[in-house]
Amino acid sequence: MKLQRKNMLRASALGALVVSGALVLTACGSDDNTKDGGAASGKPSAAAAGDIKCGDAKGKLLASGSSAQKNAVDLWVKNYMAACSGVEVNYKSSSSGEGIVAFNQGTVGFAGSDSALKPEQVEESKKICTGGQGINLPMVGGPIALGFNVAGVDKLNLDAPTIANIFNDKIKKWDDEAIKKLNPGVTLPSTAIQAFHRSEDSGTTENLGKYLKAAAPEAWTYDAAKKWPAPGGLGATGSAGVATQVKQVDGSIGYFELSYASAQGIKTVDLNTGAAAPVKASAESASKAIAAAKIAGTGSDLALKLDYTTKAEGAYPIVLVTYEVVCDKGNKPETLATVKSFLNYTASDAGQKVLSENGYAPIPAEINTKVREVINSLS
Amino acid sequence: MASTTPTQIDQAPPVSKSARSTGRAGDKIFAGLSKGSGILLLVIMASIAIFLTYRASIALSKNEGNFLTTFDWNASANPPVFGIAVLLFGTVVSSIIAMAIAVPIAVGIALFISHYAPRKLAAPIAYVVDLLAAVPSIIYGIWGALFLVPQLAGLNLWLDEYLGWTYVFDKTQVGVARSLFTVGILLAIMILPIVTSVSREVFLQVPRMNEEAALALGATRWEVIRMSVLPFGRSGVISASMLGLGRALGETMAVATVLSPSFLINGHILDPGGGTFAQNIAAKFDEANEFGRDALIASGLVLFLLTLLVNGAARLIIARRKDFSGANA
Repeated sequence: MKLQRKNMLRASALGALVVSGALVLTACGSDDNTKDGGAASGKPSAAAAGDIKCGDAKGKLLASGSSAQKNAVDLWVKNYMAACSGVEVNYKSSSSGEGIVAFNQGTVGFAGSDSALKPEQVEESKKICTGGQGINLPMVGGPIALGFNVAGVDKLNLDAPTIANIFNDKIKKWDDEAIKKLNPGVTLPSTAIQAFHRSEDSGTTENLGKYLKAAAPEAWTYDAAKKWPAPGGLGATGSAGVATQVKQVDGSIGYFELSYASAQGIKTVDLNTGAAAPVKASAESASKAIAAAKIAGTGSDLALKLDYTTKAEGAYPIVLVTYEVVCDKGNKPETLATVKSFLNYTASDAGQKVLSENGYAPIPAEINTKVREVINSLS
Repeated sequence: MASTTPTQIDQAPPVSKSARSTGRAGDKIFAGLSKGSGILLLVIMASIAIFLTYRASIALSKNEGNFLTTFDWNASANPPVFGIAVLLFGTVVSSIIAMAIAVPIAVGIALFISHYAPRKLAAPIAYVVDLLAAVPSIIYGIWGALFLVPQLAGLNLWLDEYLGWTYVFDKTQVGVARSLFTVGILLAIMILPIVTSVSREVFLQVPRMNEEAALALGATRWEVIRMSVLPFGRSGVISASMLGLGRALGETMAVATVLSPSFLINGHILDPGGGTFAQNIAAKFDEANEFGRDALIASGLVLFLLTLLVNGAARLIIARRKDFSGANA
């Protein structure tokens, strides 16, 4: 009896040690990211300190939102804080929805979001932005890659209707006629297709949905939403989860940000857009597609309308543009200078160069010029 | 000692008087503290219930679907449509699978440790089983997704081929084993330590006299266990199982990592799909707006009630079997 009790005590003590150890470790992990730039901390900073104008920036700036731009923001924050002493920028990578909720509650200086503010969210933001409203500044672009894992297939071309039919469960085998037609000379196995999608609500899902709805309206009849709309397929948690499943399962296909494909060595689909040659997913090809975008917002709001049906050579139209959401007027006086100075850096040539070096797509110069104008007019 | 004893005797009456008075004060303080703690617990439980009910009522008043029968969760949409049918089904089914696997194994381990294993072996085994409880659930989730799911492909095909006629084990979709069945196996492993250690403690408390009496009558070791250990330990094993069931019902991260959720009720438990309350809350909470969060809280309230019901049922079962409980031995 006594012996057993003692063992239980010991086991629970050890358990408590393990658990508290894990807590300590995770706590370090999230805190240090802002300072060390998280995953990409090893890379040398592209910006010389001279490019960053600190202005009147001071104190602590809180921000929150999209995890899609997390790695980019982490690098920016690292470079920025190295240049401007006494300023602390803290970007909490949560999700677009959470970022906007925090923004509309007035707890953050700016929010990162995968999709532009909805009308009701703009309405809500007027309470926080006295005399103004929330606006979207496109800051980070990136390709959404379609990763596949089919034994014996190294290169795969697909077009929008075929992708739509794969993901809505109409095409079930890899040697389907539609896929064969797009890939002459490739021996496709008759393996069943396992399509993986995000199981939780996600801006990546919404952006893929926008593309499919615009480029293949007959095959993809669902409205773009954060929740996966189509039948069939399997869900996995997070882009990392989808990438892991694709890596693991033969005959699978899934969608995630390009960096996950390069990190795990997953082959990606070349997109047949109607241009002369199928387009490979890359930062450069995504940037070309974003260049075809038009500004849909009014006034200082720079929400973009992307041209998903572009046939421009070398343009990869399955892209995600993430915004920084700020008040055009009525920003909090204590953080205004820091917000302006930090966003000025992220939109600068040096700031945008950080993007292309890290698998993201820079915002095209024409749009970027307007972004800088708006940042300077913030009050 | 010798010198102090007489003085103690001399001063005995005043000391005992004062001791009695401080004793009473101590009693009062202790009684007050324990009463306070008891009341505090009730207050905490009540405030959790009130908070959940309040937030849930906001969401439920605007729900366009039927909360109990809708097979969808679109709480952040306009108009909001959401229901818990799929979540309730998934939570109950995965927990039942977990219990069906874990309880017999846990009782077996507990009996082995308490009655069969040599002492030198019993201690380390008990120790290792207890360690399973210290593994964080996200680790189980990662292990489940990366190791267990691929490994179960063979078992799934076998079950489909030989037990497919039962409907339950009929696998209708090709695809990896990210199903409620896999989740059940994972949950079984996770609840094993709690069920084992409580059962083991109960089995060790079987009165020595009962066992010796049975042995004296010529019973074998198995007969001793069947006639004295198991009847004596039954209520303890039931409470242990309920503790485990509580964990299985509320497990979040491991389920969210392993399951491929979908809002469909599917009786074929080898097919991917389904969902549980906790998994759904974890998956939807991040991107939900304020109303969506209220809706998730409403689903959390149902989980809260489900757990209360399970615990209440366990109390009833134990109360009916009072004759065998440790208190009367």
